[in-house]
Amino acid sequence: MDNAATTPTDIEVVKAMEPYFTQKYGNPNSIHSFGQEAREAVEEARKKIAHLIGANPSEIIFTAGGTESDNFAIKGIAWANQKKGNHIITSKIEHHAVLHSCQFLEKHGFRVTYLSVDKYGLIDPEEVKKAITNQTILVTIMHANNEIGTIEPIKEIGKVAKKAGIYFHTDSVQTAGHIPIDVDDLKVDMLSMSGHKLYGPNGVGVLYLRKGTRIDSLIDGGSQEKNRRAGTENVAGIVGMGKAAELAEKRLTQGEEDKIIKLRDKLIKDIAEKIDHVHLNGHPTKRLPGNVNFCFEFIEGESMLLNLDIEGVAASSGSACTSGSLEPSHVLLAIGLPHEIAHGSLRLTLGKDNTEEEVEYVIGILPKIIEKLRDLSPFKGSWEGLKK
Amino acid sequence: MSMYSDKVMEHFKNPRNVGEIKDADGIGEVGNPICGDIMKIYIKVKDNKIFDCKFKTFGCGAAIATSSMITEMVKGKNIEEALEISNKTVAEALGGLPPIKMHCSNLAADGLSKAIEDYKKKSQELKLKTETKK
Repeated sequence: MDNAATTPTDIEVVKAMEPYFTQKYGNPNSIHSFGQEAREAVEEARKKIAHLIGANPSEIIFTAGGTESDNFAIKGIAWANQKKGNHIITSKIEHHAVLHSCQFLEKHGFRVTYLSVDKYGLIDPEEVKKAITNQTILVTIMHANNEIGTIEPIKEIGKVAKKAGIYFHTDSVQTAGHIPIDVDDLKVDMLSMSGHKLYGPNGVGVLYLRKGTRIDSLIDGGSQEKNRRAGTENVAGIVGMGKAAELAEKRLTQGEEDKIIKLRDKLIKDIAEKIDHVHLNGHPTKRLPGNVNFCFEFIEGESMLLNLDIEGVAASSGSACTSGSLEPSHVLLAIGLPHEIAHGSLRLTLGKDNTEEEVEYVIGILPKIIEKLRDLSPFKGSWEGLKK
Repeated sequence: MSMYSDKVMEHFKNPRNVGEIKDADGIGEVGNPICGDIMKIYIKVKDNKIFDCKFKTFGCGAAIATSSMITEMVKGKNIEEALEISNKTVAEALGGLPPIKMHCSNLAADGLSKAIEDYKKKSQELKLKTETKK
């Protein structure tokens, strides 16, 4: 139940990709028929992805993943528009691909406003409006948060940015293929997607780039992707992502996400009922279909993950131990949780292949794991004695 | 496949000497809520020997395993021997820890030396009290 980290590659996707390794291995930039066969496959994939998000195929640029798409959008806009201004607006809960790109730009003379969020992780479009100056060139706000699942009011923020004539980018890595997206409706100029988060392969992503957007390239070299992204195309990966987009659109039109939402809400309800001293992180309804994120007081996240792993369940946490730093998740701190509670977070993210039996199984084992760890904790039942 | 050694996982799954000692002769607390590891080590001492040791830990797998390990290592040792146990020897006894854990979660020996310090302070105070009574 860690589908927000990565999803299994759909078998149909693998099948679609296979010929492009062994038989149709042409370089799409070659004139001969092998090359043109690959070119056709790349363009077919571009159409499918454009269709999923209501874009024109010419506005789809292939990259090596969501992180590159975020870097490209932010740095590309900054470099190309620095004569217009040097101010960027983002939020405190963005993915590190966005936050660290912004921090990089700060070292190069740009100014960045990191907007606060409310206790659910929501960004107020009014705050975006207030933060705009005559130097603002870009607003970048994620579509949905990868940790707590909160879906941001992108359309409303889009309106604000559009009215002010400022470019608007959204990191859609967690939402693309999981909730309906229409780039015109959302009023975004750029949107990042990742292949492996929608049952496609790793190592391929997309940046949707609205026609007329002034942007510099991040990767220079050949003239691929209309001079926007150099390097021989990852044909098999692109074909795989195209197939994944096609399958995702089919699932969305059939309402498959409703099944996941049902399982999510069951998990949330049962965990809150069976275990005390728990907090649901993120918004109760403006939430990614598969995201469940709780903090369990008096215990630490990694020890929960290890116990779940022993029982065969893969999950993740925002504790310091799992973030690879000494601090717990920046997202959990931004929604106002104290450190000791933020360390006790557990994220379970459901995907299309999770079953009701699996959800029941987790609900069955989790209370015992929590109890066992609380028995070990010096804070069982209260934070009394905690020295801050 | 685990990020931890078998020995760490074994201690994590079956931690030894969990609990508090109500009439402990020394209590040591280390760590802080920012890093997410807090250990409390309790010792009972008789004739300069640590004959009982228990722990309570809020923390990750490494924090729990090192706490459990040290309670096993220290029992039956005299105070001087116990003070020789370092965070490094605890980690070695567990078959090693991932590099990132060596600093943040490998605190059990610090907890133990704080407990011994507490014991020394308490016995000193006790000695003073009995002396002034005389």
